[in-house]
Amino acid sequence: MSQPIVPQKTYVLVFLCLIGLTILTTAVAFKDLGPFNTVAALAIAFAKMLLVILFFMGVRHSSGLIRIILVAGFFWLALLIAFTMSDYRTRSWTPAPDSWSSTAPPTHP
Amino acid sequence: MSTATLEPRVHAQRNYLNDDYGWKSWLFTRDHKRIALLYLVSITFFFMIGGSFAVLMRIHLVEPQGALVQPETYNKLFTLHGIVMIFFFLIPSIPAVLGNFLVPLMVGARDLAFPRLNLLSWYIYIVGGLFTLYSAIAGGVDTGWTFYTPYSSTYSNTQVTAVAIGVFITGFSSILTGLNFIVTIHKMRAPGLTWFRMPLFLWAMYATSIIMVLGTPVLAITIFLLALEHLFHVGIFSPALGGDPLLFQHLFWFYSHPAVYIMILPAMGVVSEIIACFARKRIFGYRIVAFSSVAIAVLGFLVWGHHMFVTGQSVYAGLIFSLLSFLVAIPSAIKVFNWTATLYKGSISYDAPMLYAMGFIGLFTMGGLTGLFLASLATDVHLNGTYFIVAHFHYIMVGGAVMGYLGGIHFWWPKISGRKYPNGWAALAAAIIFIGFNLTFFPQFVLGYLGMPRRYAFYPAEFQVLNVMSSAGATVLGVGYLIPLVYLIWSMRYGPIAESNPWGATGLEWKTSSPPPTENFAEIPVVTEEAYAYAAEEAAGD
Amino acid sequence: MTDAEAHGQLAGLAHQFEDLEQQQEADALGIWLFLVTEIMFFGGLFAAYAIYRWLYFSAFQGGSHILDIRLGAANTIVLLASSLTMALSVRSAQTGNRRATVTFLIATMILGGTFLGIKGVEYNQKFVEHVVPSLDWAPEGQSLARLAPGGLDHAQIYFFFYFAMTGLHALHMIIGMALLLWLVLRARKGDFTPHYFAPVEVVGLYWHFVDIVWIFLFPLLYLIGGRY
Repeated sequence: MSQPIVPQKTYVLVFLCLIGLTILTTAVAFKDLGPFNTVAALAIAFAKMLLVILFFMGVRHSSGLIRIILVAGFFWLALLIAFTMSDYRTRSWTPAPDSWSSTAPPTHP
Repeated sequence: MSTATLEPRVHAQRNYLNDDYGWKSWLFTRDHKRIALLYLVSITFFFMIGGSFAVLMRIHLVEPQGALVQPETYNKLFTLHGIVMIFFFLIPSIPAVLGNFLVPLMVGARDLAFPRLNLLSWYIYIVGGLFTLYSAIAGGVDTGWTFYTPYSSTYSNTQVTAVAIGVFITGFSSILTGLNFIVTIHKMRAPGLTWFRMPLFLWAMYATSIIMVLGTPVLAITIFLLALEHLFHVGIFSPALGGDPLLFQHLFWFYSHPAVYIMILPAMGVVSEIIACFARKRIFGYRIVAFSSVAIAVLGFLVWGHHMFVTGQSVYAGLIFSLLSFLVAIPSAIKVFNWTATLYKGSISYDAPMLYAMGFIGLFTMGGLTGLFLASLATDVHLNGTYFIVAHFHYIMVGGAVMGYLGGIHFWWPKISGRKYPNGWAALAAAIIFIGFNLTFFPQFVLGYLGMPRRYAFYPAEFQVLNVMSSAGATVLGVGYLIPLVYLIWSMRYGPIAESNPWGATGLEWKTSSPPPTENFAEIPVVTEEAYAYAAEEAAGD
Repeated sequence: MTDAEAHGQLAGLAHQFEDLEQQQEADALGIWLFLVTEIMFFGGLFAAYAIYRWLYFSAFQGGSHILDIRLGAANTIVLLASSLTMALSVRSAQTGNRRATVTFLIATMILGGTFLGIKGVEYNQKFVEHVVPSLDWAPEGQSLARLAPGGLDHAQIYFFFYFAMTGLHALHMIIGMALLLWLVLRARKGDFTPHYFAPVEVVGLYWHFVDIVWIFLFPLLYLIGGRY
């Protein structure tokens, strides 16, 4: 972990960016952008995360191995969410008979 | 064996076993070799516990109405059998015993990267085991090792929380072991030991560790949520609130499917080492086998939905999971082809380790092929929930993983203990295990195909003959397992003293004494040749 | 190199490593792998959250609007500041400034404690409003008005996630505080030099990770669907 010494000013600057993004995301939450609210919130969160990872955690100067490991971790989480979500999203593609629904009136045998 | 040096038949030399005495030197050790032995004793203990549950089940099943226990008790037996065997025997077995012992030796290092974490790993495992033993004694668990909700979270009144804590804690043991291996293999290889000169056992350990590190945390959070729900009687898996029981299954199987690769990949690594040594040949297609290990680890994460074909998952998700499940069979098959090709024109000797390795290849292939019936959506509808599944996974876990483990124990026993065991008894035990195993589990394929459900305490009378056959086989299998216990312990005191390389095998672990000194090597070796340089040795030797 | 440099080099070298550089690389790889396990650990929760948010969006939205956005935003800023002081502490250790290292560590602890304090206030508020699943679930008044449209049962699922995710996060914060205290004690003794400050760096990485989890928790729990 013999990394170059980062100037204090850089850290403070990154911190101010993070504060700015926090204010931004809070402000955006008070506007009605429909589904874009979620997109904006996640995009800003990703940006903040990148700032913390690259600057505070020093990944800017890290070896390729560390970067691959980090990407792999996020990729694996994405796999978990994507594959699981794919089940829920495609259930309605095969409609079930009404009689299977708990709100359907019971039928006599 | 022409290059083996003769050593004095007196155990005067300093090694890791006699370097220090007393219980503190064992319980506070940082030596990876001693920690491996701590694990060896613990997992053998849990194997016997899990095996006892199996024995009780097989006795119960000789009668169609059940011969031994109440159905509620039977449910607890199969649950605890699964939990103990999977989490406390199979998952740690090869990595924590053989991996811990051999990884530093094989890379040419003095220890793993984090020796204290290694010891912590063992203590975590023991604490988890104690919680699980407590849950068994305090009434047991009857949910099945898969803990499906909402039964486990809402309706079961058995020791779900206690066993959940046990499994949760033990998961961290697995994570730390995997973490240790990855760092060791990346950063501590001896000079000259490039990635593609490593023995395939190391590739197997590396691939296994990837799964341990990426998968086990998801099990941990799933069990955590389950315990929360069981304790507070409300939660996200509860249909009463609009929760989906299938979400539990998704999260559970995201780990538990790759977990089966944690159990089989190390055994495959062992088999590669044994086949190369006892055929006196380099493994055919070394790089392909190495890449296959990693491919299995990666692809293994993409198939978990095949456990959920009939529980309500979307058909389209099922299609994708089915396709990927077929794909993951390919690297496994590649390995089987490569081992077979290695045997071809090899100079084969049939010592005990080789018997286990060859048994592995046959039984694993059968287990793997039957997996294809289960990966296919339509046939799985018929076979799911039957004894076909039970037979399938026992062929792989017992016929495969356990035989790989035993083969590895027999192969490296001289290195670990400094003693040799009687090969006649070892071969006999291997044969008894092979016969007993097939007698136990082959009838279960038939039973499952004919429709006998799994996890049932009773069955239709027409299935009795096959069940009795299976129980008879289990008796033979049990005897087979006890024999090595006897002669291996016997050998520690009365076995002939082993030289540093009794099998004439390649690999850095054979270049140091048997048993190795605490610091592994007098001097860190420098590697100059490829792995499995048997041909060169043959040419130079005789 | 001088004798002092050599001594500094050897100080803290574990026997299984050939040199300090190998040890440092192994330590770095080790902590990053551990953080990946934490990504998957929290990730399981995030995955479950994602599913239910998609299934019961209006219930999640209603639940989100009951949370106090000012306290959430304040906590976010507090935690980001603590990441700043943590990074500055690591840098101070790297430059051999013992006093600054300790000062920044203590500042990080104070900020972390502030975060936990505000969290405590928020949790207490949930009990006052009776929106704690299982322990005190009886929404009334404005809470009831906000939660009823999405379904009270589904709202309970939302609050289960609220407590599980922020609770797990808070647990990690508490562990982090203990680690910081350990670092303060070691740093005051002068354990760390520019050649050996791995523990500070390792705890720093852990602390930043916990911060990143909150960076996502804030929008996902507090800012669902907009507050218009």
